[in-house]
Amino acid sequence: MDITRRRLLVLLPAAAVAWKYVHAGTPELSPNYTLTDHWWGMLIDIPKCIGCGSCVRACAQENDVPEGYYRTWVERYHVPDWHIEKPEVQSPDGGKQGFPLNQDSGGKNFFVPKLCNHCADSPCTQVCPVGATFVTPDGVVLVDKTYCLGCRYCVQACPYGCRFINPKTKTADKCSLCYHRITKGLTTACCEVCPTGARQLADLKNPKDPIHEFLRTHTVQVLKPHMATGAKVFYNGMDGSVR
Amino acid sequence: MSKDIEHLIRLAAVMAAAVVAFVILRAAVVPRSFGQYGHYRGAAIAEIAARPIAFAGRDTCEACHTDVVDQKKLGKHQVVSCEACHGALAGHAGDPASVQPAKLDTAVLCARCHEANSAKPKDFPQVATAEHSAGVACATCHQPHRPKIETEGKR
Repeated sequence: MDITRRRLLVLLPAAAVAWKYVHAGTPELSPNYTLTDHWWGMLIDIPKCIGCGSCVRACAQENDVPEGYYRTWVERYHVPDWHIEKPEVQSPDGGKQGFPLNQDSGGKNFFVPKLCNHCADSPCTQVCPVGATFVTPDGVVLVDKTYCLGCRYCVQACPYGCRFINPKTKTADKCSLCYHRITKGLTTACCEVCPTGARQLADLKNPKDPIHEFLRTHTVQVLKPHMATGAKVFYNGMDGSVR
Repeated sequence: MSKDIEHLIRLAAVMAAAVVAFVILRAAVVPRSFGQYGHYRGAAIAEIAARPIAFAGRDTCEACHTDVVDQKKLGKHQVVSCEACHGALAGHAGDPASVQPAKLDTAVLCARCHEANSAKPKDFPQVATAEHSAGVACATCHQPHRPKIETEGKR
């Protein structure tokens, strides 16, 4: 049978429909995990953070984060006396190898781990023109890298600087709150390795989660509350100088 | 009269064909799960969740290495997860014989947590490693799973 122009025109849409079924066989969530039973967030206890960078290294290992890019990172704040609007912030290699010896005890010094805040009203998902990034029904902001065009709108929209374009995939990349772990009943890689318990995964929909008692009894803040992003990474003991 | 509407019928036919072509193309191009939960591909959630894990988790390690758990219970490092120092070892948990954890350099590893820094909590044990040990590996004196040096074992 010769392929005439007429036959080709008839066959093309049929082939396109068939191709979709060739690509079928998508994986399914583990059977005992119900999306609507969870609402994920994280608790960061700043007075406990020792700036060891274990979280940054673990995140890179767990999620194949390219060298020089960070889904989570640690900042060292130095606030000289009353200048809380001009803190000196350092994060050498994202704090991946810890921080060098520094015994200068002048001013106020502390570490702040940062990651995606998994905002309930996230600015980054609202600007995506193709629906490649979204808030899941269990409250995690994810990127569908097979759908992302790499247009960078979301990278600009995130007020916390938590997104980047992955140089390998050329698509937007960010913390997934170790979605492949938390849906299997494990904690995130960063929380798993944190030696002092400064990071704790929290399920806000689980009434037995210790987060509820903690939030009730501590002075807790989110980053940039004036932006009304519905951030779900809660910081205990955070200084007013933290941006 | 009927002669005058023939061009309109042709136009209607062309438009109808365009609509049919659009519907067919749309059905072919838009993924089936798009819109399942919202304005995105619903199947992406399960795809992202299906990624393999790298860190086995503390409970998995402790299921076999009970001797280390007993050692750690005696010291301050009992709160530290195994993979915080030993690295991601889900591969070892899956196949303990062929995947072996790497040997650790305690001169580098311990300093990441215990190198003195004024930003660290005051009650956290810290040393200026260069003065404290001058590059000698920490494991020479300290047993990492139970780091406090007992008096009788002191050199």
